[in-house]
Amino acid sequence: MDAPADTLNYFIAGYSVIFGVMLVYLISLFVRFRNLRQDEKTLEEMEDE
Amino acid sequence: MNAKSKWLSVLDVVTIVLFLTATILVFFFAPMERVMGLVQKVFYFHVATAWIGMLGFFVAMVAGIIYLATHRTRQDAKKWDIVAVAGVEIGLVFTLICIVTGSIWARPIWNSWWTWDPRLTTVTIMELAYAAYLMLRAGIEDPERRARFGAVYSIVAFISVPLTFFSIRIWRTIHPVVIGSSDPSASGAFDMTPRMGLTFAMSLVSFSFIFITLLWHRIRMGYLADKVEQLKLRLTQ
Repeated sequence: MDAPADTLNYFIAGYSVIFGVMLVYLISLFVRFRNLRQDEKTLEEMEDE
Repeated sequence: MNAKSKWLSVLDVVTIVLFLTATILVFFFAPMERVMGLVQKVFYFHVATAWIGMLGFFVAMVAGIIYLATHRTRQDAKKWDIVAVAGVEIGLVFTLICIVTGSIWARPIWNSWWTWDPRLTTVTIMELAYAAYLMLRAGIEDPERRARFGAVYSIVAFISVPLTFFSIRIWRTIHPVVIGSSDPSASGAFDMTPRMGLTFAMSLVSFSFIFITLLWHRIRMGYLADKVEQLKLRLTQ
């Protein structure tokens, strides 16, 4: 019987995309949340003045 | 809503454990397919990302309907607009992963990165339709109008979801059929061994948890964004 095709590079590329995009999305959520918190704090201070 | 719930922290931990388990199963437990080799293992997370992509768009459609049904009578209808945006955003991210991993799988198997097969075409239309949803929202300043237009759009755009799902049954396609592959009309079907089936099921479960967790976090962010927008409006008036 023939050996399976050597597709290791595509396997690595596929999982790099999966983990990479998920990580970027998580970082984007974190950064946006942190920025919104800062905006909230600044705007509340401006409103109090 | 801004304070992080204890249950969300628990959900974070459960989701991470499930995701690590699914990853270990894919890498070390699932057998290597004897023709395609290791690239076949991309399939486990490829299908799981497709599933939660469509789930995100479904949540957006349901939230859109509820928003339209309640926005004249209920003050808190805005929360459904926040849920819809969260669903679309998560759906877009995971559908993008699905498209790119599918293309990577196709290169050694079909000898092509891309072909305008019915499934690939409909999933691209679906992704672009929902990307346009975010663009539409970005172009409308009035929050109430933006929510109303967004709700209508999310309902109309949902037509692309069942079209994508059933495209491999409606038209001739080279895309493999996974769910209901025993159906004689399903082309490109392949069978899974029990180990493959377990890994596949675990991948679907772990990505379902990822979806719930991300949706919760994104909704929290939506509430905060709404509060900031209200503060800005108050200060400019």
